[in-house]
Amino acid sequence: MAVDAAEPPRTALRPLAVLKDALGTALLALGLAVPILALRTEQNISNELILQPRWNYVAIAVLAAFMARLLYLLVPALPRRRKASRKAGPRVTGRAISVAGLVLLVAYPLLALALVGQGGAIKWIDNFGIQILIYIMLGWGLNIVVGLAGLLDLGYVAFYAVGAYSYALLATSDPVKAFMAEWLGPNFWPLWAFWICLPVAGLMAAFWGILLGFPVLRLRGDYLAIVTLAFGEIIRLVLINWVPVTNGYAGITSIPRPTFFGLPFNASDSGFAAFFGLPFTPLYRTIFLFYVILALALLTNWVTLRLRRLPVGRAWEALREDEIACRALGINTTNTKLTAFAIGAGFGGFAGSFFAARQGFISPESFTFMESAIVVAIVVLGGMGSQIGVAIAAIAMIGGTEILRELDWLKRVFGPDFEPTHYRMLLFGLAMVLLMIWRPRGLVAFRQPSIFLRERRAVRADMVREGHG
Amino acid sequence: MEYFIQQMINGVTLGSIYGLIAIGYTMVFGIIGMVNFAHGDVFMLSTFIALIFLMALTQILGIGSLAVALFVVLIAGMLLTSLWAWAIERLAYRPLRGSFRLAPLISAIGMSIFLSNLVQVTQGPRNKPVPSILSDVIMLSSGVDGYAVTLSYKQILIVVVTIVLLVAFWYVVQKTALGRAQRACEQDRRMAALLGIDVDRTISLTFVMGAALAAVAGLMFMIYYGVVHFNDGFVPGVKAFTAAVLGGIGSLPGAVLGGLLIGLIETLWSAYFSIDYKDVATFSILVVTLVFLPSGLLGRPDVEKV
Repeated sequence: MAVDAAEPPRTALRPLAVLKDALGTALLALGLAVPILALRTEQNISNELILQPRWNYVAIAVLAAFMARLLYLLVPALPRRRKASRKAGPRVTGRAISVAGLVLLVAYPLLALALVGQGGAIKWIDNFGIQILIYIMLGWGLNIVVGLAGLLDLGYVAFYAVGAYSYALLATSDPVKAFMAEWLGPNFWPLWAFWICLPVAGLMAAFWGILLGFPVLRLRGDYLAIVTLAFGEIIRLVLINWVPVTNGYAGITSIPRPTFFGLPFNASDSGFAAFFGLPFTPLYRTIFLFYVILALALLTNWVTLRLRRLPVGRAWEALREDEIACRALGINTTNTKLTAFAIGAGFGGFAGSFFAARQGFISPESFTFMESAIVVAIVVLGGMGSQIGVAIAAIAMIGGTEILRELDWLKRVFGPDFEPTHYRMLLFGLAMVLLMIWRPRGLVAFRQPSIFLRERRAVRADMVREGHG
Repeated sequence: MEYFIQQMINGVTLGSIYGLIAIGYTMVFGIIGMVNFAHGDVFMLSTFIALIFLMALTQILGIGSLAVALFVVLIAGMLLTSLWAWAIERLAYRPLRGSFRLAPLISAIGMSIFLSNLVQVTQGPRNKPVPSILSDVIMLSSGVDGYAVTLSYKQILIVVVTIVLLVAFWYVVQKTALGRAQRACEQDRRMAALLGIDVDRTISLTFVMGAALAAVAGLMFMIYYGVVHFNDGFVPGVKAFTAAVLGGIGSLPGAVLGGLLIGLIETLWSAYFSIDYKDVATFSILVVTLVFLPSGLLGRPDVEKV
């Protein structure tokens, strides 16, 4: 751990010093908790603010801080086994994990169906499966920009929004509907809109990626991050304020849902269930959506892996390591950066259009900076550039916060007012900080360099940055 | 004309608040080269601390004199916000010093999410209307067409407190040993450490000073707008960061100048063009400045080294 490395090894434990340290932490926690935790501002009936004392919460916080610090100081001092097999780990398991993960993903809806039955399965496939896969796909898409090309993009949600609004606006626009009805019959557009708009939305997003990429070509590091953040916010504010087109805060409703290549998922005679002679249930649509997003995510992964072997992928990685050396070698950094932005944005657009189709309703609320931050956190926590790492981070962070929705038994412990979902983002933020301190280079910090001179070696990401491998 | 003068007054008031927050960004960036993403949320936290203290003083302790109450709130707010900033730096940033470039930024984003949600969870998601204080106004001129230019006591207070604090702050940075240590760390951290400066302590104190000024801004913001909300950290934070960038990041007078300019631009834009797009205007300034004038108005140009 980074923290431990900086401190000298504690050979002997001095109980008094530890106690003093922990008391200091408790005192600090008291100082931090008093203003914000001790008194809660509430509005009374006549709309005036009153203060509600809650000193018991402060006591809990102080005690928790004391115990946490005590544990933190005591645990490393306990004798523990050396982990001998650590070095050999990642080389063998990388491929096995991918295959096992893939099999698990493909079988997941059936597994959920078998384990919890039809009623519960929708929730597990939709809330967990589809939700996590959307973020895996966004993570893989952003990984091209952040992980491969090393351009920190804090406005990725802009392309997600462009994709979602492209599909939503095209599918619900009256002129397009009228045009299609005239040329291809009245049933064509509602049934095929998703499949036609999906590539269009991806292209639109890629186009916006280039458009927003142009002005920021000269910027690097934190400045680039802030400018992309500003772009993301500008797009969201335009979506809010350009009411005639986007309907503002109210959003766009009744977006056509995806069909099974022309067969709608409804109870009608021409629907999916009737066509295959099955009893109608809403489950089919959910399962189908799961496989659509799985296919889209795998497409993203496959394209990324192939691109890494092309000259442009090599150029991205070179750009990430050293931009000046890159330029000296005659690599066209403008094109390299723009392709990274465009391709990354394109996949964001696909994911966005899928999101719009899955929800059937979109509004600017879904495209806040928080989404960008979550995706960036997934990429960085996963270990920049590592595809498996991104997937693991997405499962851990999104699955971990989604699981809070299931923790109703906590109400029995903390009383009926306790709502675990309120703590979702709180824990998410805390997890981001703690994971970063624990593993600053991400969960999977090992990365195979995609090109090497003689022998194949697994190199730690920090060594790659320093020029080894 | 009266309308314009009124907007200028409002703009300078708003700009003072942005300038105070911007100093926190610019100092931290100057000394460790990191965008302290959580600074906007530290500011938001300070608005809540100010609100809670003000109410505790007036409702529970029953202090009648508003001046005394405000003064106590100001001092307590500065101390407690500084404590938060110190703890955040110690927990979330210091372990990552010397790590790779993105690590502190991600940690800061996590901290920002944590802080805003902590306030949401502990204080509730609703807008908190603040009991109105200092709402008397001075008529400066009554226009011909019935439009009167007014200057409220709040605005006087905000501008005066800002000026006083900036002078005090300027003195600390320019004349004291702490200020010298800070400027030394800014130029060359390793050399400063070799010369016996406690670099970690200096960096901590930089965070603390930035947070203390943000706490002042928080109190002013609460008085000026009369409402606080857990989500109020992000947008003022980005605007203050814009101010820091516009003035030239790393430059203290630049941060104040940038804050005033952003305040004026935002107010005038809302007054003459469209209030809906005022945030778009500010964000556009951020983009344009970073793309065309990365060293800002008063900053030193950044030399690209191999």
